[in-house]
Amino acid sequence: MSALSSSDQLSSEHLLGISDLSPADIELIFRTADGFKEVINRPIKKVPSLRDITIANLFFESSTRTRVSFELAERRLSADVVNFASSGSSVSKGETLVDTVNNILAMKVDMVVMRHPDPGAAVFLSRHVDARIVNAGDGTHEHPTQALLDAYSIREKLGRVNGVKVLIVGDILHSRVALSNILCLQKLGAEVMLSGPTTLMPRYITSLGVKVEHDLDKALQWCDVANMLRIQLERQGGDGIANFPSLREYAMLFGLDLDRYRRIGKDVVIMHPGPINRGVEITSEVADHANSIILDQVENGVAIRMAVLYLLAARIPRQSV
Amino acid sequence: MQPMTILTSEAFGLTVGRLCHQLIEDHGDLKGVALIGLQPRGTALARRLRTGLERILGGEYLEYGELDITFHRDDFRHRSSLHSPSVTQMDFSLDDRKVILVDDVLFTGRTIRAGLDALLAFGRPASVQLLVLIDRRFSRELPIQPDYVGKWVDSIADQRVAVEWKEAEGADRVTLQSDRP
Repeated sequence: MSALSSSDQLSSEHLLGISDLSPADIELIFRTADGFKEVINRPIKKVPSLRDITIANLFFESSTRTRVSFELAERRLSADVVNFASSGSSVSKGETLVDTVNNILAMKVDMVVMRHPDPGAAVFLSRHVDARIVNAGDGTHEHPTQALLDAYSIREKLGRVNGVKVLIVGDILHSRVALSNILCLQKLGAEVMLSGPTTLMPRYITSLGVKVEHDLDKALQWCDVANMLRIQLERQGGDGIANFPSLREYAMLFGLDLDRYRRIGKDVVIMHPGPINRGVEITSEVADHANSIILDQVENGVAIRMAVLYLLAARIPRQSV
Repeated sequence: MQPMTILTSEAFGLTVGRLCHQLIEDHGDLKGVALIGLQPRGTALARRLRTGLERILGGEYLEYGELDITFHRDDFRHRSSLHSPSVTQMDFSLDDRKVILVDDVLFTGRTIRAGLDALLAFGRPASVQLLVLIDRRFSRELPIQPDYVGKWVDSIADQRVAVEWKEAEGADRVTLQSDRP
């Protein structure tokens, strides 16, 4: 039939990070997600596209939202799904990552969705096993589907991403969401500013072309969208040094409450990748505010993950019988 | 080879008008009928039919929807290029409706098979009929036949039937094109 053209296929075989995607890839994912967003609002939310594809979800780190979102996306595409969590598995018996995955692939799995605590785990895996890899978060490195769904939600709410001013607040140092978001938003032409405690700001972060403003009120004045990251309590103080004195102090300096939100004096869109520590980075009144798109982000997550899986599966050659 | 005209602009209008009258002949005032245009090319015909029917009957009687079948296609991963999805607009349930599925050209029948599959996500219709502007007969790959036909065309596989619309291409016209010299 028609020849392969660059615009109707992804340029990458895997989704390892936003850094591998071109702006055209991201636009293609968004266009495809538009179709899936309509599908998941039908009475029957399922299409048969991936019924000959088997997907393994490998979660070496705890996750509820991302795992459920991926699994729903897979099932709504009619893929066969196997789930694998590290606790109580052969990993705790000392098996290596490549061995674990190759054992799963020996059961004829086509794609692997993996969350792993080590940065670079997805790239490493893609070089050593014969399956398509989707990175569902690798340590403090990247979380590409979260960045895609965040940018998609901004596009849906404001009609565009190009030229939008996005503020990302919180623990930038430990956040894979922040890095993927910066890369994705910049590829789509948005401006990015970061805010948070100095101790949680990577030292050379401005080399990415982002602004840094430690005064949250000033930063909020600048932005159209505020993405309030979760304080990752599980990643703090690993080196025996606390990065901020107390949650109460963090909430006072970098938390968004209704008073502070009203002081901005304009309709800033509020985002949060979840799960929310209510009262820390954001209060309940703000999280449930009319300008909050936190639950839209969750719904769009399924559509974006369906689009990513569909477009990656399209590049898997069909086995001739 | 020069494209051969199958339907001129005048004939085009007459054919669409006849299809409208055939629908009224079979379905009376069209109560309970849902007209569903298949994306991307069947919706132009479906919109034209809706306008024609409303003009003849003097009011809105039928449900109207547009259906995208991209994710139901049977050639996913069988071809090197991907179809990009179009908009689906279905604001009503198909339960117990008499569905008229509308497309511009019926060729192998595979699009219609995908359309029938996609329809099921919106309910259980009382019946489904197929209306096409052009039926390229003798080229079917599946046991699918139309109920209403604008014009039958006998063609070989590497010829192409091009349906042009005033809204999109500037003129209503159907031509048969061949890549062979």
